[in-house]
Order: sequence, then structure tokens, then C-alpha cells
Amino acid sequence: MSVDQSAMLRVENIHKNYGKEKVLEDISFEVKGGETKVIIGPSGTGKSTLLRCINQLTTPDSGRVWLDGIDITNSVADINQVRQSIGMVFQDFNLFSHLSALDNVRLGLVKVKKMDKREASQEAMRQLIRVGLEDKAASYPAELSGGQQQRVSIARALAMGPKLMLFDEPTSALDPELIGEVLGVMKDLAESGMTMLVVSHELGFARSICDEIIFIEKGVIVEQGSPEVLFGNPRHQRTREFLSKINELYGETGKK
Amino acid sequence: MSFLSLSYEIMPGLLKGAVVTLELTVCSISLGFVLGIVLALGRLYGNRPVSVLCTGYIEFFRGTPLLVQLLILYYGLPPYGIRLSSFVAGILGLGLNSAAYQAEYFRGAIQSVSQGEIMAARAIGMSRFKVIVNIILPQMFRIVIPSWSNELIYTLKYSSVAYMIGAPELMAQGKFIAAENFRYFEVFLVVAFIYLIAVVVLSRILNLVEKRVRIPGLQMAH
Repeated sequence: MSVDQSAMLRVENIHKNYGKEKVLEDISFEVKGGETKVIIGPSGTGKSTLLRCINQLTTPDSGRVWLDGIDITNSVADINQVRQSIGMVFQDFNLFSHLSALDNVRLGLVKVKKMDKREASQEAMRQLIRVGLEDKAASYPAELSGGQQQRVSIARALAMGPKLMLFDEPTSALDPELIGEVLGVMKDLAESGMTMLVVSHELGFARSICDEIIFIEKGVIVEQGSPEVLFGNPRHQRTREFLSKINELYGETGKK
Repeated sequence: MSFLSLSYEIMPGLLKGAVVTLELTVCSISLGFVLGIVLALGRLYGNRPVSVLCTGYIEFFRGTPLLVQLLILYYGLPPYGIRLSSFVAGILGLGLNSAAYQAEYFRGAIQSVSQGEIMAARAIGMSRFKVIVNIILPQMFRIVIPSWSNELIYTLKYSSVAYMIGAPELMAQGKFIAAENFRYFEVFLVVAFIYLIAVVVLSRILNLVEKRVRIPGLQMAH
């Protein structure tokens, strides 16, 4: 199959089953360089699995993933090399609990990228400044708020110099008053031209920065389109129902 | 002879034994430490044969008496051409035995390392080996200190069993001195006190170490 040159990420016919349960069924889409796409859908519907299939933390049963024109599902690809180009941010932050904020960001630079320690410290500090946490460099994860931890985890992913950032419900574990600071960092990132794929229920965020929304249910892409179309006039009844349910829970769309 | 002057008189002999006891303890706990880490990692991350082998080792050494293991090493091996001194047999026996227990402490600590952190480490491109070295082991060492302190104390006390194969440690010295002066009660009381002091000092040291390396939010969930 020919590869669209402008696609940073191209997902082709991903299938994934857990036993008899079909988690992902024939998922295909692409994200162009500099684009932000948001995946929405009911919980337990395979969104996290999909993100993990992209950086191969989970191996899809079939299908291909192309990053910047390279088939990373090909067994020849060095997956540890590939993963450096795909930043991932988790719902539960997953900071290394025995390391300070600075060391969390620095570890990958030193151990994976084999960067000189002093250079790595400077780079890690630059990333902490980028997420506004330079004064927390010496703090351990347990000493940080959830929002601060998530910003450190974004800095940790950015330090590796990724071409693509995956966000797996980055604000779902946060208290409401801490969500804004994380979304703010993500918004800056999107505006700086980063290619992003975000699983989130923050529809306001989706509306304000994303180029396209993908609605997934029961492992299948039900509908995808621009926020205007999906929020304004969704083609499918299920999309409509899901969006109105989310609105009930999180307040009116776009008001965040 | 008063208790105090008796204690004074027998002290040099007992202290000589105490030094051997400490040597036995330090050598066997170190052997058990290194082997214990290998066993724990092998049991958790090895392929099936390796995992079964490690589990079998752990079950065997935890499921049979230390004394039997020592007697096998000391009396059982010479017919096969392996002649160990009582001191070396003592270190081996105590060390191989302690390895099984330490492996289980290590395994518990490793399993309490968050799966999410391991996934995050893989996501920035770390190999499995790098994850073990940079994420799992540093957390394991900190988490395991409290239970590992117990193992150190057990090993110190159980090293007294080595007197059965003739290692000249504290217990053996006590037996030897008491057999000469027939003051069993006083002699073993002093022996007991020396063990007690060693145990207290060691646990204090480990407490200090634990405080020194403590990281907020990182300890075994109780």
C-alpha cells in the first residue's frame, strides 16, 4: 500500500482480540503532521488499547502502523528506537516514584539516548520550564499535585524529542481545578505544531484545538469528522447520544 | 567466682567466636543477597524452565531444615570429592538457605513496583533489561529494607547452627568454655547477651540506612 507522505501517523486495519472479545475491529485512520485528533467513546471501548497498539506496548493481532512513512509493525523495526519518537502520557501519570521530577525527565535522555549527564540535565530542565515546573525540579512525585505530576510526565515524553504524542485520558484522574493547567500545556503543545492523538472526554478542549474527532464504540470507528460537524450535526444516532450524555456529565460542549 | 569476673574471664574466648559469627553472617547474607536477586528475577521474568528452576530452588531450601542442609554440605559431600572446611560449609549452607528467603522478599518488593511505571519506562524506549536496572531494582531495594532487616537478624541468629558442623563461632565457643568450667547458665547467658547486642546494633544500622534512602511516597504498602 502506498504511504501518504504527509501522514505522520497512519493506522491500517488494526484488529485486536482478548480471547473471544473483539476489542478493536478494523481500525484505520491517519494523523497528518502538526494535526491534533481526539478520540472519544464510551469506556471499555478499546481507546487505550488502540493507543498502546500504536507504540506497540500491546501487539495488534493484525494491521499496520506507519510512523512518518516507516512501518513500525514490521518486525525489522527496533521498537525501542521507534518508541523514542512516540511520546505517551498516561491517565495515572506513571512517574517513576523513586526519582525527582528532574530525574524523571532526564532518565530517558541518559539511559536511552545516551546523552552526556550535564547536557541531559540542561535539556530536562528546559522541558520542565516548558511545562512551568522548573521550581519543582527536586520534588518527588508524591510531593506533587496530580496536575503537576501530569505536566512532568508530559515533559518526560517531550524530552525524548517525539514526532507524535499520544495522550491516554490525561485529565481523567485529576481534580476539576487541576484539569486546566494540563489542558493549557497540551494546548500550547498543539499550537507549537506537535502531532497529537488524544483520548479524552474534554469536549471543550477538543472543540478549541483539535482538527478532527474520532468516535469509537465497541472497537469500531463509528464516525469521524471536524468538531463542527460532529458537535453540530453528527450523522449517526449513537454519536448524538454519546455526545449528549457527555454534555450532561461535563457541562455544555465547548464551554470549558 | 562472681558473674562479673566470670564474664570478664570468658569474654576473650567468646569475642573470638563472635567475630567468626559476624564473618559467617556477613558472608552468607551477601551470598544470599546476590543469589536471591538472581532467583527473584529468574522466577518472575525468566522463561518457563528458568522460572520453574528458581521456584524449585526456593521451595527446596525453604522446605527443608537448615541443619539438614548444613549436614549434607559438610558430611555428605566429601565422598564425592568435595571437602569443605566447617567455615566454608557454614557460609554456603547459611547463604544458600538465606537466598531462598531473600528471593521471596525481593519478589514481593518487585511485584509492588507499579505496572504503570514499567509501561511508562517501556514507552520512552527502555529495553526490559534497562527497566529492571533503572526502575525495578532501585525501587525494590528501598521497599525491601524492612523485611530484609528481619532476614539479616535471622541469619545472624541461625548462624549458631553452624556449631553443629564445628565452625568455631560464638555458640561453639560458649559450648567449649562451659564444658570446661561447668558454668552453663552463666556462659550461655553471656552468649545470649552478645547475640542480643549484635542484633540491636544491626537493626539500628539498618534503620539509619532506611531513613537515609527513604523517598516520599515509596514504601511497601502495609
